[in-house]
Amino acid sequence: MAVQALDAERLPIDWQKLALPAVLIAVAYGLIPTYASSYLVEAILLPFLALSLAAVGLNLLTGYCGQLSLGSSAFMAVGAFAAYNFNLRVEALPLVATMILAGISAAGIGILFGLPSLRLRGFYLAVSTLAAQFFVQWALTKFGWFSNDNPSGVISAPHLTVAGFSLDGPTGRYLLSVTMVIVLTGLVWRLVNSAIGRNFIAVRDNETAARVIGVPVLRTKLLAFAISSFIIGVAGVLWAFTYLRTVEPAGFNLDRSFQILFIIIIGGLASIRGAFLGAAFIVVFPLVLSRLGAFAFGGLFDSGVLDMSQRIVLGALIIIFLIAEPNGLSALFDRLKRRIGSRSS
Amino acid sequence: MNYYDFLFAIEVLVGGLLSGVMYSLVAIGFVLIYKTSGVLNFAQGSMVLFAALTFVSLVERGVPFALSLLVTLAVMVALGFTIERTVLRPLVNRSPMTLFMATLGLSYIIEGAAQLIWGTQVHGLDLGIDDTPFEVGGILISSFDLLAAAIAAAMVAGLSAFFYSTRIGLTFRAVADDQFAALAVGLRLPRIWGTVWTTAGFVALVAGLLWGARLGVQFSLSLIVLKALPVLVLGGFDSILGAIVGGLIIGASEKLAEVYLGPFVGGGIEGWFAYALALVVLLVRPSGLFGQKTVERV
Amino acid sequence: MIGASLGAAAYERAPEISRILAGAGPVEDTRRARLSAKADAILTLSGIGISFGGVTALSDVDLEVKSGEIRAVIGPNGAGKSSLINIISGLYHANHGTIAIDGQPFARVPANRLARLGVARTFQNLALFGGLSVRDNIASGRVHTRHTSFVEHIAGLPRARREDAVIAEKTDQIVVFLHLEAVADRLVATLPYGLQKRVELARALVAEPKILLLDEPMAGMTATEKAEMAGFVRAARDRHGVTIILIEHDIGVVMGLSDRVAVLDYGRKIADGTPAEVRADPAVIRAYIGTAEGEASDELL
Ligand SMILES: Nc1ncnc2c1ncn2[C@@H]1O[C@H](COP(=O)(O)OP(=O)(O)OP(=O)(O)O)[C@@H](O)[C@H]1O
Ligand SMILES: [Mg+2]
Repeated sequence: MAVQALDAERLPIDWQKLALPAVLIAVAYGLIPTYASSYLVEAILLPFLALSLAAVGLNLLTGYCGQLSLGSSAFMAVGAFAAYNFNLRVEALPLVATMILAGISAAGIGILFGLPSLRLRGFYLAVSTLAAQFFVQWALTKFGWFSNDNPSGVISAPHLTVAGFSLDGPTGRYLLSVTMVIVLTGLVWRLVNSAIGRNFIAVRDNETAARVIGVPVLRTKLLAFAISSFIIGVAGVLWAFTYLRTVEPAGFNLDRSFQILFIIIIGGLASIRGAFLGAAFIVVFPLVLSRLGAFAFGGLFDSGVLDMSQRIVLGALIIIFLIAEPNGLSALFDRLKRRIGSRSS
Repeated sequence: MNYYDFLFAIEVLVGGLLSGVMYSLVAIGFVLIYKTSGVLNFAQGSMVLFAALTFVSLVERGVPFALSLLVTLAVMVALGFTIERTVLRPLVNRSPMTLFMATLGLSYIIEGAAQLIWGTQVHGLDLGIDDTPFEVGGILISSFDLLAAAIAAAMVAGLSAFFYSTRIGLTFRAVADDQFAALAVGLRLPRIWGTVWTTAGFVALVAGLLWGARLGVQFSLSLIVLKALPVLVLGGFDSILGAIVGGLIIGASEKLAEVYLGPFVGGGIEGWFAYALALVVLLVRPSGLFGQKTVERV
Repeated sequence: MIGASLGAAAYERAPEISRILAGAGPVEDTRRARLSAKADAILTLSGIGISFGGVTALSDVDLEVKSGEIRAVIGPNGAGKSSLINIISGLYHANHGTIAIDGQPFARVPANRLARLGVARTFQNLALFGGLSVRDNIASGRVHTRHTSFVEHIAGLPRARREDAVIAEKTDQIVVFLHLEAVADRLVATLPYGLQKRVELARALVAEPKILLLDEPMAGMTATEKAEMAGFVRAARDRHGVTIILIEHDIGVVMGLSDRVAVLDYGRKIADGTPAEVRADPAVIRAYIGTAEGEASDELL
């Protein structure tokens, strides 16, 4: 009883909290499909959405549950290749079902490579997630079956249709992507705010205490691996089907895994909003850097120099964020909001 | 198995052991830093690249060999101190994971800087070591590998002597044992860390020269960090002996697996075999073969 | 009362003495028999020994705890007090001896089932979940009563909601009991040390344990905070009948709060009895003189 009363009290605050998502959804479904150029969609929004989702998934495992993973892109690869094969080999499988099955495949592999977490902690576990990274990439390249015997292991996206509507154009792919991202992020949001999500945090903050009070530590870790890999797997499908359209196993390499890790460090560990802010940053930052570089140095700033300076700036940002703002852009964003709030009132 | 098959197996084994020593060489740099500051320094690989690239670029610009070596060493010392100053000190008392992620960022910076300064082309590095294989009892052995192994062994012996018979070494071990106690008795941690990072820089230089001479000096040199990680996991992050034995085990079994197992699964297994092996060992011994087995204090 | 516990102590030593005389190893069988004979002992340790590398933290320690009593364990730094509690809670595994919780014997207590065995504990060094609010930290103490899956939670099914509601209500009760209302919604890491210690007690109490292990719950507190905490500990026993094992360095607190006191020194139990008996025990006085606990021995005398 007391609980319901409390909920009623909190309701107005909840509305305020819902305002921002409501605006975002209106923008996502109203403004963008009508006004965004196809360059904006293809070069920025589609990679942003796929990477955001992958970062949400990794954040669940690393940010919330405290299990550092260096193999995220392996699970993206599993998702992408599983979706390709389900689509290829199962007659008339609806696209959404394909994606869910791909997510489940990634979750299965995730549990398999999460099993060492039952005995290993910290760096030992992080290194073992690298095993997933290298093994998956090798298996997808080595066994032609995965790519329907394409000589270099390349897969291409099938036609995307949902309920008879073709989604092959930029807007269609965008709508598919944004819908998947919104739905899955919503579910993750519910999860992290539930008792299960608090178990994740308990395991992260003090595994020993968690075990003693009765948190099923092993099950909690495996669940984190499974759900995280599911989400990252679906993100892999979006990456392959809606953004790149053709991918090869080498596209899901260690650098991609690090990129996703960097997204959650820069965006903010254990923050769903952080995953989106970080992904936006990672997608936009190279574009800005190349413009700036070309402006400042002209022809000297070629693609090699761009690549190197990108690495340097990114590495420096990681360290700066870890030192100065461990909670990432998400915390910066909060501070900014508070300042604006205090000024307007 | 006939005699020649047997000889061949031995040859593969010896080759594997020798390349294992090269893995150990990189792994030791990790252990040094891990033991004294609890940081798993992912940037060790990029330090190897940075050292090799600096050295080879100096030599190519006509700087004499010995002077290049000296300058590179100086650069690595400066790098070590800078890292301690700008990255580690502000992050003191933060979680090991945070420190690890910082070194990940560091590796990006060092790799980027190395190539921005010296360019991205592949450099050949000739240390003047003859690389004609010689024969012992019907087995071919690469003299380069043998020399590399000898250098690695000398370095390990030197480091051990340093650790176990000098005053600085003693303070190192005190810090490795218990940072808080070390602080309490007045050891100056930052200076010790600076020294450790310098030592790690030196190890990186040696590893960079040997690996660079073997593979050519190029970006992929920094990827040897990925070879060293399973060695560390196998041997335990905090054991120099573990790094050596782990390197030997991984080097040998990797080569044997490549030759005898590879053909059945389509080859190319060296990318993950070491990890799989390390994982299997970990499942039996969660802190590696030689890592300290501790009961968490509560 | 005094006579009874003295008698018990003597009885407890008897097999040990005969063993020493006979020069034999532990006599497990007679111990077992003794365990079952004592109906009112809710927790019994027999012949517990543990060592780390070369350090023997505990050797051949017996301890018997009666239902509903406050049982203090004292001793100088490094005496093995925390190790004892860690063995009872399954975080350390004893090299020798058995532990009987509520009549159920274990060589190793399964830490992951501890809560369901009716044992809750606090830690010498805070072991809270820094990323959760005070309320969520406390609520986590009842996680062992949950049976719902993540799907039910994501979907917000009635069973999960009911479970949450029950736990929230218990949590609220404890929040009121320990006067934590004002800080209940704050992030626990932002609380001062003394309050964090109290939150840890709350997390243990909300589980409604039969046995509560408190490892220095008042360490580092001011005198007022200590008195307050002592009041909570006593109230927890008086109101809920929970059996308490209390490690504490403040002899004044120990003497005022506990029914019986066991004294450890260098991993051995050197005395066991009522506060008055222990205070008069020459071995205890000897152990405390010349240690860092000098002031404590003053207090003892
Ligand atoms: N996990 C562990 N690993 C190694 N040694 C340990 C461990 N836990 C305890 N010890 C050692 O066992 C001995 C007893 O320690 P314990 O923590 O039980 O003492 P204590 O009586 O609780 O002391 P304090 O009053 O300082 O808390 C000490 O020498 C300690 O160093
Ligand atoms: Mg203690």
